[in-house]
Amino acid sequence: MTDGLHRRDLVKELVKDRGENTLMLASLGSPVWDLTNAGDAPENFYIWGAMGGAAMIAFGVARMQPEKRVVVLVGDGDMLMGMGAFATIANHPVRNLAIVVLDNGRFGETGGQKTHTAAGVTDLAAIAKASGIATTATITKASEIGTLKELALKTPGPVVVVAKVQYEKLKFVLPANSGSYLKDRFRNAILGEDRAQK
Amino acid sequence: MTEKKLDWPGDVHKVLRDEGITEVAMVPDAGHGRLIELCEADNDISVVTMTTEEEGIHMLAGTYLGGGKGVMLLQSSGVGNIMNSLALPNTCRIPILMIATMRGEWGEFNSWQVPMGQGTPLCLEAMGVRLIRVDSAEEIAPAVKAASRLAFDGQQMVAVLISQKVLGFKDFRELAR
Repeated sequence: MTDGLHRRDLVKELVKDRGENTLMLASLGSPVWDLTNAGDAPENFYIWGAMGGAAMIAFGVARMQPEKRVVVLVGDGDMLMGMGAFATIANHPVRNLAIVVLDNGRFGETGGQKTHTAAGVTDLAAIAKASGIATTATITKASEIGTLKELALKTPGPVVVVAKVQYEKLKFVLPANSGSYLKDRFRNAILGEDRAQK
Repeated sequence: MTEKKLDWPGDVHKVLRDEGITEVAMVPDAGHGRLIELCEADNDISVVTMTTEEEGIHMLAGTYLGGGKGVMLLQSSGVGNIMNSLALPNTCRIPILMIATMRGEWGEFNSWQVPMGQGTPLCLEAMGVRLIRVDSAEEIAPAVKAASRLAFDGQQMVAVLISQKVLGFKDFRELAR
């Protein structure tokens, strides 16, 4: 298991190369802690609830901000709950959106119960592809992080990359949890305070 | 069935344009049919069809985060699908504008439509959504305008509920004949 994928390493790598033009969102639970751990920024939006909605929230942002790259980190549990998003997004393709599924096969916040992807039965990248998402990939090894970065940050979207990360018990790294604060901070950062608040 | 004398979908479409709404998220309903056609024909408005209504609430939250304005078109049975999604605009104080056509109330023929139709106002109110109910065609466009202001200026989640009185009720015995 020397080449196994660790989620915190992977997210750190993405954040390191995000540049100034990338907006990042993260679904509830581990992806929020991962993104916070890698580096908090006003251009991050942390979704502390609304399970199943992360991909569609990012899609809504991406449609309004075509000049920005929008990358959403989604847990496998969240993505399984909102798989219709693949079909909706595929029918309205946005070139600036990448969905990165951090797939550890577990419901991490509730005790590590297995999800539908745990036994290799259900394949989220294949579902995305069959839904009509043009670019889909699955990565399983740390040596493929470069490929993931290219797909997530540069390849014309919509892109769905499933990263089969190891199941690890990691320290929670908590960002601010006030939804209205996070919303205003994000809008101020990308729209400017004058436009965001009037 | 009553004749629709008033072009309320045309008036609502105009209100949406005037209010700067560019995104229409929807799961279709026959009652919204004409409005959907008008929005689809409008180059300044995009209509996005959802596989299920919660996608629409999530997308519109993203629309607002990204600096835009949208509206959700749905029917009362779809309201049942969006409950936990509303936690997001509720706690983030993200404006949400919905126009819901009602079933299960006025002269409903299909008993399967009754539970969610009757539950729609209660469910929406339980999640903090402000309601504007309309019972006649001429009230719809002004109600949508007021709802849009309350949503985007008043920073609220607002639903306009259009009664079956306006839309007419289906008679399946007639349709099966």
